[in-house]
Amino acid sequence: MKFDTPAGQNPIDQGRVIGIPHDRIDGAAKVTGTAPYAYERHDAAPNAAYGWIVGSAIAKGRIAAMDLRAAEASPGVLGIVTHANAGKLTKGSMNTAHLLGGPQIEHYEQALALVVADTFENARAAAALVRIDYAPEDGKFDLAAERLNGVIPPQGFGGPADTKAGDFDGAFASAAVKLEQTYTTPDQSHAMMEPHASIAAWNGDKLTLWTSNQMIAWGVGDMAKTLGIPKENVRLVSPYIGGGFGSKLFLRADALLAALGARQVGRPVKVAIARPQIPNNTTHRPATIQRIRIGADKDGVIDAIAHEVWSGDLPGGGPETAAQQTRLLYRGDNRLTAHRLVTLNLPEGNAMRAPGEAVGLLALEVAMDELAEACGVDPVELRIRNDVQYDPEAGPQRPFSSRKLVECLRAGADRFGWSKRNPRPGQVRDGRWLVGMGMASAFRNNLTEKSGARIGVDGQGRVIVETDMTDIGTGSYTIIAQTAAEMLGVDLDQVTVRLGDSRFPVSSGSGGQWGANSSTAGVYAAAMALRAKLAEKAGYPADQAQFDDGLVRLGNQSQPLAALAGGQGLWAEDSMEYGDLDKRYAQATFGAHFCEVGVDMDTAEVRVRRMGGAFAAGRILNPKSARSQVIGAMTMGVGAALMEALDVDTRFGFFVNHDMAEYQVPVHADIPDQDVLFIEELDDKSSPMKAKGVGELGICGAGAAVANAIYNATGIRLRDYPLTLDKLLKAQAA
Amino acid sequence: MKPFTYERATSVEAAARAAASVQGARFIAGGTNLLDLMKLQIETPTHLVDVNRLGLDRIEKTEEGGLRIGALVRNTDLAADATVRRDYAVLSRALVAGASGQLRNKATTAGNLLQRTRCPYFYDTRMPCNKRKPGSGCGAMKGVSRSLAILGVSDACIAQHPSDMAVAMRLLDAQVDTVDATGARRAIPIADFHLLPGDTPHKETVLKAGEIITSVTLPGPIGGTHVYRKVRDRASYAFALVSVAAIFGKDGTARFAFGGIGAKPWRTAEGDAAAAQGAQAVAEATLAGARTTHDNDFKRPLVEKTLASLYRQQEARA
Ligand SMILES: Cc1cc2nc3c(=O)[nH]c(=O)nc-3n(C[C@H](O)[C@H](O)[C@H](O)COP(=O)(O)OP(=O)(O)OC[C@H]3O[C@@H](n4cnc5c(N)ncnc54)[C@H](O)[C@@H]3O)c2cc1C
Ligand code: SF4
Repeated sequence: MKFDTPAGQNPIDQGRVIGIPHDRIDGAAKVTGTAPYAYERHDAAPNAAYGWIVGSAIAKGRIAAMDLRAAEASPGVLGIVTHANAGKLTKGSMNTAHLLGGPQIEHYEQALALVVADTFENARAAAALVRIDYAPEDGKFDLAAERLNGVIPPQGFGGPADTKAGDFDGAFASAAVKLEQTYTTPDQSHAMMEPHASIAAWNGDKLTLWTSNQMIAWGVGDMAKTLGIPKENVRLVSPYIGGGFGSKLFLRADALLAALGARQVGRPVKVAIARPQIPNNTTHRPATIQRIRIGADKDGVIDAIAHEVWSGDLPGGGPETAAQQTRLLYRGDNRLTAHRLVTLNLPEGNAMRAPGEAVGLLALEVAMDELAEACGVDPVELRIRNDVQYDPEAGPQRPFSSRKLVECLRAGADRFGWSKRNPRPGQVRDGRWLVGMGMASAFRNNLTEKSGARIGVDGQGRVIVETDMTDIGTGSYTIIAQTAAEMLGVDLDQVTVRLGDSRFPVSSGSGGQWGANSSTAGVYAAAMALRAKLAEKAGYPADQAQFDDGLVRLGNQSQPLAALAGGQGLWAEDSMEYGDLDKRYAQATFGAHFCEVGVDMDTAEVRVRRMGGAFAAGRILNPKSARSQVIGAMTMGVGAALMEALDVDTRFGFFVNHDMAEYQVPVHADIPDQDVLFIEELDDKSSPMKAKGVGELGICGAGAAVANAIYNATGIRLRDYPLTLDKLLKAQAA
Repeated sequence: MKPFTYERATSVEAAARAAASVQGARFIAGGTNLLDLMKLQIETPTHLVDVNRLGLDRIEKTEEGGLRIGALVRNTDLAADATVRRDYAVLSRALVAGASGQLRNKATTAGNLLQRTRCPYFYDTRMPCNKRKPGSGCGAMKGVSRSLAILGVSDACIAQHPSDMAVAMRLLDAQVDTVDATGARRAIPIADFHLLPGDTPHKETVLKAGEIITSVTLPGPIGGTHVYRKVRDRASYAFALVSVAAIFGKDGTARFAFGGIGAKPWRTAEGDAAAAQGAQAVAEATLAGARTTHDNDFKRPLVEKTLASLYRQQEARA
């Protein structure tokens, strides 16, 4: 099915099951521990041996010599995989660095060997006996120092590196109010709950991989490519995923090494990347330096806006596209965005929840707060004044498909009690706490991806959906079941959903907040095909048949689904593809964040007291799971603002705080009441679901609201994240 | 983890003998620190002597009017003990400021005193670290050192002692009671228990091989207002950047001990003596000889600010 004209009235609009805050249909299995995760698939591979990864001790250079004798002689060892015995490996098209390094070493903790043994303990003990002599080479590890060597990066997910409209320089020079500031954000780690883990088993030349992966088809493709085997010989199974945040978009070392280990020792092998290995072995969100210039009139109306971003990655890698939102969020005839990429020999940078906007808004929305103050305009009002209903780079001929930023700002401000904010910083005290309020706009692109599904009805009238879509904790199972139930007129408990298996039709997968809308649209397409088949069997015209109560109806005739399906069941498969609606219309999701913080007047400890937000993201398929996505993302925004940072050792070239004791993310005590309001919106140009993504929107701008609240509380403006107390104390002393 | 042997000791004396007779033996209590370090091969004991069932889990009054706390009393139980909460509130407050509920259920009094530094270079066996591998150099000093110590440090090591409980123990003038392999007992004042790094940062306490802690004894209660203030990057489950244990007396005297800034739990006579002159004077006296890095120089003002906060609260109470 192709979606190339705006959606009209369709069965989803009934809102009988869709749009209801149903509990997760997989919830009971998860809380009772009966939903098995990849590393626990003892049922599928009862005799799996254990692999332990040996990571590089240097950031750049070569292996001079490798001595495996002691490790091989260690108890229980079955085999050791290294570059020397792994056979010819090609690099996956989505990987920047090789997943198995050697003799060349591209980054610290790059996997150089996998030790396979009969038990986990034996594998880990033997791994410590692998002796590697290194020939280190100098590397580059300091983004700030390399900034001037930035080059124009290749085009990736974030569109072109540079964009321009009008005459920025001229307009900025003549603006009544000018703002120019530089902001920095650090490297961050995804810190999802479940580490990367896989079990691999070979049957002849066919590989089965039980793994934890957000994008099944990408994983199949890159596994096949890396091993040089046909895609048909690779099966990925990933029905339950303990979080990913982008860390599991791609094939990672656990998967490849499990496959290589299993091939070498002739039995299934399981591998998890240990927590202290994750930050340096896998991907991370790259650090940025961001320069923002805004020229406005004295009322704060923007005429010129520029956002330039520097980030680093390994050779062949990509940029952090932090200027993305600045292309679309505010008005201004004269604009410029630019991304520059420097070569760094740190581990691979890549996508983490809302790549681009999550850190771009940490800069832009603080700049807007600074502009509001410079113009003496309320920050909410400033954003309303600068709203624009079309793509400001392209002009009015490219309107937004739907854009309710202003509604979000007004409703959010109202609910939060924004009018009680004292615009003068440093005025409000509550005991030892200086109290401040801040806000920020939320913005995240809406992407749609081709997505397929197979749907059937069995002889009992149960509806079954199969798609390789993943549920990374987001609620995919539930919204897919809701879609199927809505389309075929059955109750939610009549639907079985099977996900995350490469034997099922290829879906959008989970990434870039495209999963919910795209995958349910794919189910919609398959369901339309099944409805046609069922109607035909019933002898009713497909366009007049009604589906409800487990029946297909025409006027006052009806036939049960079960009877039509018969003993064989009746199946249909289709996918949803997209035309050029996203070219003709800018598509994005919007919101407004509000936050109240307390800053200890002596120690400068910052604690968030209250958060609230209003969000417009098309049809909300399930308000309960959508709210969970938003509050989780707001929590991550608090982390980004206040504590999350991978500390770079620029001598050795690695992230030093590579465990969960030292890489701090918010704990329960850090997160107060979070209020989420969804603004009613249907986006008929996004998909027949009229939904958009919401999984990432909540992080976008949340941290900036915290930063602006700190300013309001203290009068101290920090521009280098995370905003820790040492920086506040230093700024206060200066 | 390296393979090791294990035994469950049946008496204190037998435990001490067993630990002294095997090279590389270690006691194991809650295991919350030792096991983590063993998994990373930072600690590689050959033999573990389990001291959990030696009956060292009682809290009892001493004849001198103090309190004897068994070495195996869990942090949770110690914090909740009625006598501790009434007479040694600072200890209870320090305990609940540490780690998490789950960890405190396992962590023991002796284990907490002996927990090792949280220096990130100590935790990565590929990095130089004089404490983990004597003579290999110090990775932290010119690296990432935000959490590390500024007092009692040396050219070899700037690791912090991460405990909260030990800071309160130091404030309360606790003594550490031990038995060695010969059966000899000693009572070590807590001030002398931990060693400064000097050029042997791998030596952290005065304990001899096989010497087992049986209890920690507190002298009689010290009246006044007991406070423990822990400053950290998040609201819970993080080690202290700076912590202050304090007892404010009615007569303007006070005593202070500090965590997060010292190579060991930090307390000075000069700091206590300056109490009547206020936060700045106490900070100055305490910080004499402080040595900071680019990353951790904020701890200097933070000590004063934290003290100022405590003084203000104390004034508000008075
Ligand atoms: C994630 C995390 C966060 C934490 N946060 C904090 C915090 O905020 N504040 C804080 O204070 N602590 C914190 N801790 C540390 C925790 O308090 C210690 O791990 C715990 O107190 C150690 O006690 P244990 O009984 O488990 O010791 P074990 O791990 O069993 O032993 C530790 C050491 O003591 C020795 N030992 C144990 N008993 C005896 C004995 N009777 N005689 C002689 N030697 C003995 C062992 O040989 C070993 O060397 C944290 C720990 C973790 C893992
Ligand atoms: S500070 Fe001490 S523990 Fe840390 S690296 Fe240096 S020597 Fe090792």
